[in-house]
Amino acid sequence: MNRGTVIEFHLDARSGVAPYLQLIHQVRHAMRLGLLREGDQLPTVKEVVARLAINPNTVLKAYRQLEYEGLAAARPGIGTFVTATLNGGTLAAYRPLRNDLQKWLAKARRAGLDDESIEALFQSTFRSAAEEDIA
Amino acid sequence: MTAAIAACGLTKRYRRTQALTDCTLSIPTGRVAGLVGPNGAGKTTLLHLATGLLEPTSGTIEVLGSRPASGPAQLARVGFVAQDTPTYAGLSVADHLRMGERMNPGWDAGLARDRIGRLGLDPAKKAGKLSGGQRAQLALTLAVAKRPRLLLLDEPVASLDPLARREFLQSLMEFTAEQQISVVLSSHLVADLERVCDYLVVLVASRVRLAGEVDPLLAAHHLLTGPRRDPAALPGDWEVITASHTGRQSTLVVRSGGPVRDPAWTASPVSLEDLVLAYMTQAAGAEPGRKPILEVAR
Repeated sequence: MNRGTVIEFHLDARSGVAPYLQLIHQVRHAMRLGLLREGDQLPTVKEVVARLAINPNTVLKAYRQLEYEGLAAARPGIGTFVTATLNGGTLAAYRPLRNDLQKWLAKARRAGLDDESIEALFQSTFRSAAEEDIA
Repeated sequence: MTAAIAACGLTKRYRRTQALTDCTLSIPTGRVAGLVGPNGAGKTTLLHLATGLLEPTSGTIEVLGSRPASGPAQLARVGFVAQDTPTYAGLSVADHLRMGERMNPGWDAGLARDRIGRLGLDPAKKAGKLSGGQRAQLALTLAVAKRPRLLLLDEPVASLDPLARREFLQSLMEFTAEQQISVVLSSHLVADLERVCDYLVVLVASRVRLAGEVDPLLAAHHLLTGPRRDPAALPGDWEVITASHTGRQSTLVVRSGGPVRDPAWTASPVSLEDLVLAYMTQAAGAEPGRKPILEVAR
């Protein structure tokens, strides 16, 4: 039946992120990693609810949002299909950025920061940068 | 649009016991609505009023726009799975399906057979010999094969183990997606409802404390911690649901239209469980005779 579908969804109940957002993130993530490409079929609503035991409206809401973002399109009676490819489909293009980040992480550890502090520092910097962008 | 269940001033009294008091709500169709509350809050009474098994003491209730059990057409439109998913212990699985076929004009025999086959249930087996999870699945199959437009379930998973519970909810959601039916299910465990419900009704001590769409309700409530404040000094558009204070700190669950901007407060989102518990706590602390908080978010 699900010969055409490429990915399977999962949900993290403790993340505090709304289930429909988790589904959207997983689709975008798979697109960025090149796991999902233009023309691929997303799991049908029935398949997703039968697997995750979630409300069908949650899946519909996620798919509608993906359609709105221009990443997917519904073909009535068949299913929802990916209509775009994100960033050439691979993270390899970001190798230099990743190298910089690795160097920075090594520096942070040498400065005595543990994982939690590194994450907090990243989050607060990320947020203040985002706010400066808005302002 | 007609509501799945619309109640106005609905009240049910048994001799001296007030089972449901002045219940006014409108659950839209196309939703999976969760009816939550402690045992004895009135969940079963509300569901029995919706099926027509009980008559209201006062007030009105309409189900899909008609009076409950007002005729064969209305009976065919509503499926009901009573508490602990009852079946007839002495009858076989096949007997149950035959009975369903005789008693329901819109019976979908193909769906019922297909479902029993996929569950791997032996049609010759007596229902009394099935496991709790299998009995629940049989009861669900009977309710769905009559092709109702509204399915009412009273504590369907309360007595099931975690795996059977998951499997039951998976089947229920599959049917909901397939047949686009409206569902109202009750539970005293919020965790069971977290993933499946998009509409919530909280019943405490025979009254409706909260009703509305889940996502807007969650977005409108915040869990706040910060330095101790005088409750009177809080912004006027905040409705404080619960508050606890230590010498230095205040912890609040508030309902507010917009985001919390005051940097003195650390705001975090509430989970469905936090939300339900907050309203239950509030109800427990409320003085008798106080007007219930009834909210319908759109």
